[in-house]
Amino acid sequence: MAKYNQHLLVCGGTGCRASQSDAIVESLNRALTERGLENEAKVVMTGCFGFCEKGPIVKVLPDNTFYTQVTPADCDEIVAEHIFKGRKVNRLLYTDPENQEHVSDSKHMGFYRKQIRIALRNCGFIDPENIEEYIARDGYAALGKVLLEMTPEQVLDDLIKSGLRGRGGGGFPTGLKWQLTRKVQADQKYVVCNADEGDPGAFMDRSILEGDPHSVLEAMAINGFCTGATKGLIYIRAEYPLAINRLKIALKQAREFGLLGENILGSDFSFDIELRYGAGAFVCGEETALIHSMEGMRGEPTFKPPFPSESGYMGKPTNVNNVETYANIPVIILKGHEWFASIGTEKSKGTKVFALAGKINNVGLIEVPMGTTLREVIYEIGGGIKDGKQFKAVQTGGPSGGCLTAKHLDTPIDYDNLIAAGSMMGSGGMIVMDEDDCMVAIAKFYLEFTVEESCGKCSPCRIGNKRLHEILEKITKGEGTMEDLENLRNLSQVIKDTALCGLGQTSPNPVLSTLDNFWEEYLEHVTEKKCRAGVCKHMLRYVIEPDACVGCTACARNCPVNAISGERKKAHEINQEICIKCGACVEKCKFNAIFVR
Amino acid sequence: MELIKLTIDKRSVEVEKGTTILQAARQIGIDIPTLCYFSLGDMKIENKPGGCRICVVEVEGRRNLAPACATECMAGMVVRTNTIRVLNARRTVLELILSDHPFDCLVCAKSGNCELQDLAHKFGVREIPYKGEQSTYRKDTSPSIIRDVDKCVMCRRCEMMCNDVQSVGALSAVNRGFQSVVAPAFEMNLDKSVCTYCGQCVAVCPTGALTEVDHTRQIIAALADPNKTVVVQTAPAVRAALGEEFGMEPGTLVTGKMVTALREIGFDYVFDTDFAADLTIMEEGTELLGRLGKFLAGDKEVKLPILTSCCPAWVNFFEHNFPELKDVPSTSRSPQQMFGAIAKTYFADKIGVNRKELVVVSVMPCLAKKYECSRDEFKHDNNPDVDFSISTRELAALIKQANIDLVTLPEEDFDNPMGESTGASVIFGTTGGVIEAAVRTAYEVHTGKKLEKVDFEELRGLEGIRHAEVDFDGLKLNIGIAHGLGNARQLLNDVRDGKSEFHAIEIMACPGGCIGGGGQPLHHGNSTILKARQMALYREDAGKPIRKSHENPFIVKLYEEFLGKPMSEKSHHLLHTHYFDKSTKIVVE
Amino acid sequence: MTKIKSLADLRKIKEDLQEKIRLRENADQPEKLVQIKVGMATSGIASGAKEVMNFLIEELEKRNVEAVVTQTGDMGYCYAEPTIEVIVPGKEPVVFGNVTTKKADEIIEKYIKNGELVDGIIPRNYETIDN
Repeated sequence: MAKYNQHLLVCGGTGCRASQSDAIVESLNRALTERGLENEAKVVMTGCFGFCEKGPIVKVLPDNTFYTQVTPADCDEIVAEHIFKGRKVNRLLYTDPENQEHVSDSKHMGFYRKQIRIALRNCGFIDPENIEEYIARDGYAALGKVLLEMTPEQVLDDLIKSGLRGRGGGGFPTGLKWQLTRKVQADQKYVVCNADEGDPGAFMDRSILEGDPHSVLEAMAINGFCTGATKGLIYIRAEYPLAINRLKIALKQAREFGLLGENILGSDFSFDIELRYGAGAFVCGEETALIHSMEGMRGEPTFKPPFPSESGYMGKPTNVNNVETYANIPVIILKGHEWFASIGTEKSKGTKVFALAGKINNVGLIEVPMGTTLREVIYEIGGGIKDGKQFKAVQTGGPSGGCLTAKHLDTPIDYDNLIAAGSMMGSGGMIVMDEDDCMVAIAKFYLEFTVEESCGKCSPCRIGNKRLHEILEKITKGEGTMEDLENLRNLSQVIKDTALCGLGQTSPNPVLSTLDNFWEEYLEHVTEKKCRAGVCKHMLRYVIEPDACVGCTACARNCPVNAISGERKKAHEINQEICIKCGACVEKCKFNAIFVR
Repeated sequence: MELIKLTIDKRSVEVEKGTTILQAARQIGIDIPTLCYFSLGDMKIENKPGGCRICVVEVEGRRNLAPACATECMAGMVVRTNTIRVLNARRTVLELILSDHPFDCLVCAKSGNCELQDLAHKFGVREIPYKGEQSTYRKDTSPSIIRDVDKCVMCRRCEMMCNDVQSVGALSAVNRGFQSVVAPAFEMNLDKSVCTYCGQCVAVCPTGALTEVDHTRQIIAALADPNKTVVVQTAPAVRAALGEEFGMEPGTLVTGKMVTALREIGFDYVFDTDFAADLTIMEEGTELLGRLGKFLAGDKEVKLPILTSCCPAWVNFFEHNFPELKDVPSTSRSPQQMFGAIAKTYFADKIGVNRKELVVVSVMPCLAKKYECSRDEFKHDNNPDVDFSISTRELAALIKQANIDLVTLPEEDFDNPMGESTGASVIFGTTGGVIEAAVRTAYEVHTGKKLEKVDFEELRGLEGIRHAEVDFDGLKLNIGIAHGLGNARQLLNDVRDGKSEFHAIEIMACPGGCIGGGGQPLHHGNSTILKARQMALYREDAGKPIRKSHENPFIVKLYEEFLGKPMSEKSHHLLHTHYFDKSTKIVVE
Repeated sequence: MTKIKSLADLRKIKEDLQEKIRLRENADQPEKLVQIKVGMATSGIASGAKEVMNFLIEELEKRNVEAVVTQTGDMGYCYAEPTIEVIVPGKEPVVFGNVTTKKADEIIEKYIKNGELVDGIIPRNYETIDN
């Protein structure tokens, strides 16, 4: 066996692969071979490192050198300089946006400093296509411990005491959920993994499945042992081909190693897992809709009770948990509930993975202890707002969540605080907005999504959200009235109060939270017909300042709709009726004579 | 049985565990409005998707409002059904539904009988604050049913009927969000789907989204044409339900008043489909005995059980779903078609009218009959044996248009020769009736003895699948009965797998048989109405002087003068049919 | 692969496999382990730094010392190449000059294992060697 002195970890997440990380692995291997270093340094393709802003990432160990935006062309230099001579390639190192200095060791990067990686513990660390690396990291040890040294009750007790809550959004205590399924008598029970991640911009579940699929398989088996289920199903959206492929490999390897199948590890427990593909409907993240979809029925929710724990897949007791929830479980079993419960806040234990996106410097996937403040996430981990702009709001919880403002920056993030602030944890999307974002348009964006993703079963969601969207559309077009604002609020409250499932009940949250936190902006849109962020094009007016205009005709010549008129060497004018607000004139004017109002 | 106590609107109520808030409230006279909810309670037909959200109520300690139809009562529950929060929510939800509904009540087929209209009336809605896009879909017209799904409120009752009760699967929700609607697969037209035209979707639709194809205008035109002789036949189940359209108690028999009304409207001859039902028994009964005889003689090829074939939706069903069994059902045409065939031959000759000048109209409790009379095999030189089939509801509309007050009308008798019928034919209108009528005749033909006890109670009832053993003087006949196509499918699966123990099976597509047909006055989920109609038919049977089909003097005469004997060459030509394999007919356009 | 049939088997296999990723595990928590940085600039390589590094890696493992051995650029002590920096948890970093494999052996046995001083320490007059 070759004795490697250095490991080169290459990110094999969907994002980095799209940026040629496959070719990077190849180039690195070639460069190593050319220099006869193939037995000294080993190239490993891992799961996502989370720092997607600057992918593809190549991390060199043991010195934790973190190379960003690597191209296949850089590989030769990395090998020649770093691996052979021990000199880091400075130009590829991460540059701290604060002081413009290169950071050579990922341990010193602000992005990683505040993170605690439990669910993501193996992402960017092991080769997800190699079960041996997972086992080397104590993989399946929790399953072994549970099967041979613990009773289901002890495991449930551990889980309940750990305080783990569902990471899919609802935050229901996981241990209690398992207990409910365990209590029901049935000839067959099922364990389901909800991998139907649908929030716009969220990819934590995908990253876990791509980077550490075995942790989910292991946890599902543990779940089966505790609830009395012998069959597991992973409901995954077909748009996740890489995750599906890695799951398939993982399932095959786990079966080969006897870690799934009959009499696992010599116990009398048998368990196996199948994949079920979804077409990516958002509502299928709702557990009853998910179950119907798996049954081959229309993916729409049904009224609870009965809960899936009593009557789920094929009418049998079914326990549904989300990917991230599962990923936490083996660690809790091995390190103990006390350890897990020591992390986080009083009612929200452990960590949460967030997909950080929007107008922020470090876009990516992060895992922080519950109770971390938004400020820490946005400014320390996220590296602050892009281009030095002003922070305006952060949207959490995806289409079900709400927008939080500067006054919430120091609120510790946990399930209950987010709900109290008018948003929710959701699956962990976190989209940062700056002064250039119009909050009415943001609310409209989310409603557009909900309208698209509503299953259409209940009237408040089917028609109500459509009407909400229409009202918002009207307001952003500058046609809104005060009555519209009243209707917006009443309708939102009624939808929240009457919709059948979680999708509908939470769909007005982006509207309600922006109404609460950005009322002035709504008022401006309605009464002054003004969009302060300049997003709502219908309300913009491009105006030529006559004193500054020299009559060069550049604007008139470049206007695609001939909205600009004027004599040569005299001030020009824009016909507002014709103007389509494309901004071409502003770009062409050399005299800064055209303004947007 | 566990009883639990709860409070609804400050009133205490004790209910069985498993009772919903809606049921509990109704127990104490609190009528929570509903829209999508539908139940034919004791017939195990229920629709509660919890989708419309009209029935929401406040439950103490609950974050959001609860749908009363789908929420089970819990001990100590405190429910409020009329707080401001509830009323505002319900009203807003209704306004939303109305905001996506056409405002053409004036000309809507369901006007006056529309559950959505009733709600708007009850809530006093005068304007819709939420204006916006309205769904527009292609209007789909099939031979029997019109789908105008702009009016669909996604209550899913039709889907429940078509899938859960009938196991037909022609209708289901398609698309999502605002675009979602109930439609055949790929939003094809109904006539390209596996629809059997049973019309149960129409029978439960709360709005005008699903209605029957209206033929009353063509009938008025025929009546107005001096060159046409117009004959009408009325199916047995019509007389037991028509009165409801005129405010009469369910179960009121209006046979004589209906005859008078039809004459007043101007039909030249008012006949009875019951006559043809007696004829059906002669043919089908003979066929049964023939097959039975061969079977008893050891013929292994003979197809048993024999299946009744008078229900056209059922015929469509097996043509689509069990084409491999198409030579198992009786080849006897339905009474409607037997009537048409005899009317346009025997009777036309008798009165000296060319069949092209003779218009045969049927009044049926059924929508599949509209399709049936348009089938090519029931046409002669492109002239159909039955020209138009109208539903009980359409007849009521005709009578109302003619400003005839059915309630006060005197009673008259049907015309002859095709108006005479027996008690056996009357009960064709209910589940179990056809087979009972067949047994009465087959018994006497087989044994040569007189049947002393005419009533076969063991064949009656409303259970979805029933079986009974009838003693033919030592020969034990196993009889099966199914109504509702889902129930029929269960028996059919056994027949296909060779596991059926039955000698004969009666199948009716609609729950309850023709009394619950898709063309009957709307019962709005009240199953006592179906029972009352059923009892009315048994009452009419019991009151008839002749109660066995083969004793109908005009039937005897028909055979003597025209047909010869049952299963004769002429019978085969006029009274029997063959079936088609329609299983491959689904074409994606 | 044959199936793993017991928990003991699983644990045994884990022990065996752990070697494969020990380097990564250790790199993740270097502060808890002995850290050695080997100056590997051109002058270092010319004077045998590579051999010293390989020797250190192999010997530390043989002698059951959990350590992270990394290479670094020029430390600025060209006169004393090869140079290595050793950080024993809880102690200040120490730089040794003119390290040969023999010297390395002594550093492991005396300094790292027993905390005894060894000749050849270069006074700390640089700011950082962290590039």
